[in-house]
Amino acid sequence: MSLFSFTRRGLLAAGTALALTVGTLTGAQAQTPPGVLIVGQIAEPKALDPAAVTAVNDFRILMNVYDGLVRYKDGTLEVEPALATDWTISEDGTEYTFDLREGVSFHDGSPFNADAVKFNFERMLNEDHPYHDTGPFPLAFFFSAVETIEVVDDLTVKFTLNAPYAPFLSNLAYPTGLIVSPAAVEQHGSDFGRNPSGTGPFTFAEWRSNEAVVIEGNPDYWGGAPDLQAVVFRPITDANTRTAEMLAGGIDLMVEVPPVALSEFQGAEYTVHEQAGPHVWFLILNAKEGPFADKLVRQAANYAVNKTALVDDVLEGTAAVAAGPTPPAFAWAYNEDLEPYPYDPDKARALLAEAGAEGAELTFFVTEGGSGMLDPIAMGTAIQADLEAVGFDVTIETYEWNTFLGEVNPGLAGKADMAEMAWMTNDPDTLPFLALRTDAWPEAGGFNSGYYSNPKVDELLEAARVATDQDERARLYKEMQTIVQEDAPWVFVANWKQNAVTSDRVEGFSLQPSFFLLLDDVVKN
Amino acid sequence: MGRYILGRLISAIPVLLGITVIVFLIMALIPGDPATAILGSYATPENVEKLNRDLGLDKPLVAQYFIWLGNMLQGDFGTSFSLNRPVIDEVLERFNGTLILAGTSFVICSVLGIMAGVISAANQYGWADKGITFVVLLGISIPSFFLGMMMILFFSVNLRIFPVSGMWPIYGTRDIWALLNHLVLPASALAVVATGVIARLSRSAMLEVLRQDFIRTARAKGVNERGVIWRHALKAAMVSIIPVLGIQAGFVLSGAVYIEIVFQWPGVGRMLVDAILKRDILLVQGGVVFVAACYVLFNIVVDVAQSLLDPRIKT
Repeated sequence: MSLFSFTRRGLLAAGTALALTVGTLTGAQAQTPPGVLIVGQIAEPKALDPAAVTAVNDFRILMNVYDGLVRYKDGTLEVEPALATDWTISEDGTEYTFDLREGVSFHDGSPFNADAVKFNFERMLNEDHPYHDTGPFPLAFFFSAVETIEVVDDLTVKFTLNAPYAPFLSNLAYPTGLIVSPAAVEQHGSDFGRNPSGTGPFTFAEWRSNEAVVIEGNPDYWGGAPDLQAVVFRPITDANTRTAEMLAGGIDLMVEVPPVALSEFQGAEYTVHEQAGPHVWFLILNAKEGPFADKLVRQAANYAVNKTALVDDVLEGTAAVAAGPTPPAFAWAYNEDLEPYPYDPDKARALLAEAGAEGAELTFFVTEGGSGMLDPIAMGTAIQADLEAVGFDVTIETYEWNTFLGEVNPGLAGKADMAEMAWMTNDPDTLPFLALRTDAWPEAGGFNSGYYSNPKVDELLEAARVATDQDERARLYKEMQTIVQEDAPWVFVANWKQNAVTSDRVEGFSLQPSFFLLLDDVVKN
Repeated sequence: MGRYILGRLISAIPVLLGITVIVFLIMALIPGDPATAILGSYATPENVEKLNRDLGLDKPLVAQYFIWLGNMLQGDFGTSFSLNRPVIDEVLERFNGTLILAGTSFVICSVLGIMAGVISAANQYGWADKGITFVVLLGISIPSFFLGMMMILFFSVNLRIFPVSGMWPIYGTRDIWALLNHLVLPASALAVVATGVIARLSRSAMLEVLRQDFIRTARAKGVNERGVIWRHALKAAMVSIIPVLGIQAGFVLSGAVYIEIVFQWPGVGRMLVDAILKRDILLVQGGVVFVAACYVLFNIVVDVAQSLLDPRIKT
């Protein structure tokens, strides 16, 4: 007994002393310094070379270090001048001539000019370019229409396309089109991704692997020096931990707040930001075979799914109900007259009866998670319940994301009747072009995994892609949306609203519909 | 002894070769490829094919395996697709993180576990024994990732004593105190289960020893009780406690995966999870081979230590 009582006291004392000394002596939790914004990111970036990366996570850093020739106007997805001050498009839509901004230098001191622009695009596109081996460049195909790039004079550059291609300007505004310093690429070669140099409002300072990427305000920025002294991007992959860091004051700005955690940030110390983005979450229906080969059954599925309940209850209001294939974020191309399919189980049953498809058996591919997929398992089971309520017999098969893509992208024929899918694009052209045309069936190399085919839609999409007049493009896309909604190749479910939380020390922050993070106007007290 | 160690080292070679084959095959057989993971929405067959060619994944499997193995024997583990840096740099840096975390945890669970076991055994069926048994069973039963999250909520969010995550402060000096500050929560959360297991097994090992004649002799010749327990009995019991420590070291190392994710500790476990989800083949292969090699080596060390302690084991 004596042995224990001695030790018990010792243990207790030692334990308490340890916790207190380590906790207090090591300097409690330092407040994050003013002028320095600490951002909780979702992952470690791959590289800070805009041509080489594909993840939104990396783009959030890049957009603050680099500029493109053009950019999206604040709060919209419309293109405005950036490093190019003006441009002209030839009559036939194949020649784009850009006037470049004068007196801009890269962070490494080398000048920005037409040669730099030519270098950037040739590095990505030309396999014989001396620095093509600093790739691979997975998204270089955004510019595959570019035939030649010509330096007209020091501040004028001309792109010639092999055919008219309307999304070209929008693609230039995408991070893949950001302009890097040729001198820095020549100096660092394939290590450029860790030694980036651009023209943007922030200069690269430091990258501590798995810990932080630090960028500092660029006092010489052509658009005016940013208020922030520095920004620190911390990779915090676990959403619960990211939430805890925000609550504990370890970060000032948190992106991608899980819906269930939003209620933690209702207090006055936090601001929750929301912004609908160019995202659409839908169910691909197999229009080639099985019950969904009948348009009535596809429409029945659209009536049967309670989309309002999905976005309000499952997604806790982090998404809006989708009406058709084009997200409302593309304001100019979106058909305002389109109303979402209402939740009407009786109408769904009537359509099923009319089609003679009562009790149809469906195989439903669901994924565990993945880029833009929101809460796919919970959504999948809710949809299953809705469909069963009107008389379908639904079997769910669940796959891990990469496996899921391997099953769905080659087409649903012989495997499934429906599958979850989500897309996020930077223009209204890409998604319908790759996923709704007859020429985009999987065997032709597209993503039309449900084999939808309507010659009129094909015609409209081809025409909209080559037209250079925006009003004409808008008219074509609006007509396409009406037809596609009626044909119901998908169940149109939701448009994701991206969210972020800032602490009360952060001012001047707003989310962009592009889902990029622009920090040059942000202030931290 | 030298020959024994050499023999053990040579016998590890086929084990390691087997591991390279298995991990290579697993990565080749699991569905989904890196190009699809990188391209995401834009993974058209054409784009995937081009990217696979750029990544060198279009060669036959057997060729890929031998190229990988050959490079690795020359110390070149390749370059990670998802992090764009040499695999070996990433693995070594991350392994350092895991060693600090798992090492601290291992020291905590060994010391506390053995102490608790000895105290329990010395007070068999007394209230100290019952109390310790209760706490220990509680510790064994709590999943470490849940305990970790609760510790974050209590100590970091509510009390703000310790930082939530990471290994170093984002600002400020990087000294031993800063590291300790970040280490306390994850190392404790990781140690809890192993402490419990070690305590239970130390208790039974001690009880067995305490019944033996030489303990009675020690008491009879007037050695005080503390000396009997800590010097005579514990020394003899260590022979059966050490193999348990060896197993628990492996457990702490694998348990570190959850803890690294919850506390965002930059360790090798979290690295492997991320790498698998991104299909970063070379990083997974390199990481697994490295960890396996360390594990094999550690087991050899434990065996040797045991043969030194227990002369009955033939060397």
